[in-house]
Amino acid sequence: MIKTSPRRTQDTLYRRQINAGDYWLYRLEAGQTLRITDSEGNQAVDTLFFNADDTAERYSMTDTVRGQNNLFLTTGSVLRSSEDRPMLKIVADTCGRHDTVGGACATESNTVRYSLEKRHMHACRDSWMLALAEHPEFGLTKRDLGHNINFFMNVPVTAEGGLTFADGISAPGKYVELEAAMNVLVLISNCPQLNNPCNGYNPTPIEVAVWS
Amino acid sequence: MTDSSKLLYRTVLPAGAHWSLRLRRGTALRLTDIRGGANVGMLFYNPENLLERYNAPDTMKCQHTFRLTTGHCLYSDMGRIFCGIEQDSFGWHDTVCGTMNAQLTEQRFGASDYQQARNDRHQNGYDSFLVELTKYGLGKRDLAACLNVFSRVSADEQGNLRLESPALPGASVTLRFAMDTLVVLHTCPHPLSQAGAYPRSPVEIALPADLAPLPEACLTREENRRGQANNALYYLGTIAPAGTIAPAGTMLGDSHAAPAQECHHD
Repeated sequence: MIKTSPRRTQDTLYRRQINAGDYWLYRLEAGQTLRITDSEGNQAVDTLFFNADDTAERYSMTDTVRGQNNLFLTTGSVLRSSEDRPMLKIVADTCGRHDTVGGACATESNTVRYSLEKRHMHACRDSWMLALAEHPEFGLTKRDLGHNINFFMNVPVTAEGGLTFADGISAPGKYVELEAAMNVLVLISNCPQLNNPCNGYNPTPIEVAVWS
Repeated sequence: MTDSSKLLYRTVLPAGAHWSLRLRRGTALRLTDIRGGANVGMLFYNPENLLERYNAPDTMKCQHTFRLTTGHCLYSDMGRIFCGIEQDSFGWHDTVCGTMNAQLTEQRFGASDYQQARNDRHQNGYDSFLVELTKYGLGKRDLAACLNVFSRVSADEQGNLRLESPALPGASVTLRFAMDTLVVLHTCPHPLSQAGAYPRSPVEIALPADLAPLPEACLTREENRRGQANNALYYLGTIAPAGTIAPAGTMLGDSHAAPAQECHHD
């Protein structure tokens, strides 16, 4: 559901551009609101959330889709944890649909999806891996890389049970806003994918902003 | 039910139970929903590197499928194939709904305490997975979206999910393993189960006696031929069950095989 936000950019606590192919790891306090803006359109923002006070509890695709009995995320969706607790709620969304079943690109899955020769190409899980390696203070390892959200991506399911990757629902400046229900670590890989239409073969920057 | 003369092993799990075993590549695991209405939650790990585990998103997107049935492979997060679905009389298995925890199970089916209900207590899938995982030094952080065998979940254009009619008595699925795999499973209810009472459908687990490589039905997809090439690289230099690893010449040049992979890429 499309819903615009009353929040003004001049009131932000924090604002930053994240370039294509980069990661962003940030602690969001309970009650704070995070806005992710698709600066140039059709970018995929591969995002994981962890309970900042106990990272064994993390965003769960299965609990989230089961909790709302629906595959797509938009305004009103409650992002649930692996302990089936609300982590964040989508409070505004000008895109209308976000994916949580497609997962993140990896060098290994790219060999299967596209070609064995594409293994050397940069992938989202590489960015997450680098984030974990550069921030040992959070105690996160590869074990903690679960199933993620792909903000601004559209992955419809056909009646026959096929999975399709459609584009064209996002556009420059579209955004999604999430209000934290607990202290959460946010780990974004601003997708570097060069192999499929999810970002028009053209990875672009995103912007993140936080309100208290 | 399976002809036991052609089996290495057979057992029957009651509903609400859990089980695990390291399956060797080349072997098969056959699950049979004896009375109909069962659900089998399954997770897969590489016993040599427990950080490598079943990845539902990669499984779905690599094969452009939401439903899993004969011809589909179950992928690890490392681009390799744990197993392929060799046979499936049911036709559509879920991998996005996960499993129910204790609280949800009590909400759906009511409270049950062990002192009164004994082994008919309402065991839940989340705890079942944790019990089995702990035996291998794994825990909550190692849980992932599971496969739910015998549960057909459809999604409409708006993304609304629906658990369709349960499996008929005797429905069976055979998984053929292309890697040594730690299989962890439970027979607890599917999270979208609308059953009035806690389902009591037993599941037969059988290990057929034949050894085979990945099912032919899986290799009609070029993605799965590349997945098979990734497995072949993983087992390079080892002695494999007959046919598990294509000879180098056919792997590199055969039209039925994946394109050449040059050593310097790895």
